[in-house]
Amino acid sequence: MIRDLRLLWRRRGDALQPALFALLVVVLFALALGGEAQALAKVAAAVLWLAVLLAGLLALDTLFRGDADDGSLEQWLLAPVPLSWLVLVRTFMHWATTALPLLVATPFLAELLHLPHEQLPVLLASLALGTPLLSLLGAVVAALTVGMRRSGILIALLALPLYVPILVFGAGSVAAAGQGLDPVGALLLLGAGLVLALVLAPLAAAAAIRIALD
Amino acid sequence: MSEFEPTHPPLLSARGLAFARNEQPVFGPLDFSVDAGEALLVQGDNGAGKTTLLRVLAGLLHADAGEVSIDGRAATASLRSRAVSYMGHLPALKSDLTALENLDFLCGLHGRRRGQLPGNAMAIVGLAGYEDTLVRQLSAGQKRRLSLARLWLAPSPLWLLDEPYANLDLDGINLVNRMVQAHLRDGGAALLTTHGAYAAPPVRTRMLVLGRAVANA
Repeated sequence: MIRDLRLLWRRRGDALQPALFALLVVVLFALALGGEAQALAKVAAAVLWLAVLLAGLLALDTLFRGDADDGSLEQWLLAPVPLSWLVLVRTFMHWATTALPLLVATPFLAELLHLPHEQLPVLLASLALGTPLLSLLGAVVAALTVGMRRSGILIALLALPLYVPILVFGAGSVAAAGQGLDPVGALLLLGAGLVLALVLAPLAAAAAIRIALD
Repeated sequence: MSEFEPTHPPLLSARGLAFARNEQPVFGPLDFSVDAGEALLVQGDNGAGKTTLLRVLAGLLHADAGEVSIDGRAATASLRSRAVSYMGHLPALKSDLTALENLDFLCGLHGRRRGQLPGNAMAIVGLAGYEDTLVRQLSAGQKRRLSLARLWLAPSPLWLLDEPYANLDLDGINLVNRMVQAHLRDGGAALLTTHGAYAAPPVRTRMLVLGRAVANA
């Protein structure tokens, strides 16, 4: 039963636009900073993190809007399946279509930005932990605004305070590794945040959707 | 119904149900009930609160006062999810998926009545042959029929239908009436909203007329 959910969402024919956007950002950054390998190397991790974050932000508006517009969200509310589970599946698909391709592309992008090789594992780890966290928190924000029109900027404004700490820890862990400091602390914090969000975010988003449709 | 039959609790009953939006009373307080095998026709002009009433009964909105009970028990969300099927204005169909895929998904979401298959349901509502058509390519009437197919597949005894005749041709109107008749024969119940009585199904029906902030049961 739940499998149907996943299969169907996957076949929706939605664009990979957010991932492409992030790709674009990274490439443009590389071009803009010119060929100075040193300068690029310093900011590489941060740029990659930023690109992923912005791409996720872009996609947030559409997370629930399609379902809200065609009445599917109402039926979700009325179904015997727990709403928080549906939210979790939806968020997972969102993450899989926006962040996962970027995660896969990171090694290549890192090369493009001349990221020092020893930082790559830390970068990947931080992204692997941080991007689901971004998606989960983003889902709560998207759920809060699902009833509103022209909520694009509102989503960004609401999500940013939540996103900034993750960005700091994520990009910071890589920077720490670059300076020879132990990144494990920051990564553990991200991991803990992720576990917490996995439990709480769907519940919060489900509550927000109920309120938004009231 | 003879008076010597054991009394079953009505499938749906509402006591003192009232709803207000922005301090303006939309309807209420209302008292009514629907037994198994009965239909309740909710009539009223545009804006009288018919859709709001149905949404409150479905559990999408919270009533400001009063209580709803289903089969004698207080209507909780989990009870509603099993006992009530709501068909509103929006079709709840994904336009990028085919008709059959939508039905499969909705069956997965709500459960499926024993002995009914999505293919059958599509044939019943007159959409046989459209299984692989994208919903985007269906007309409004066809989407409405697909929603009816979904309703047909649902295991819930209580149907809440908001303007079920909208977008349908004469054939479709007959279809709705036939479906309601069959559903009631199986022991279900249905609430329908409509502008006028012209399309009322030929079954035992109660009437609820909503006026502006005044209701007669």
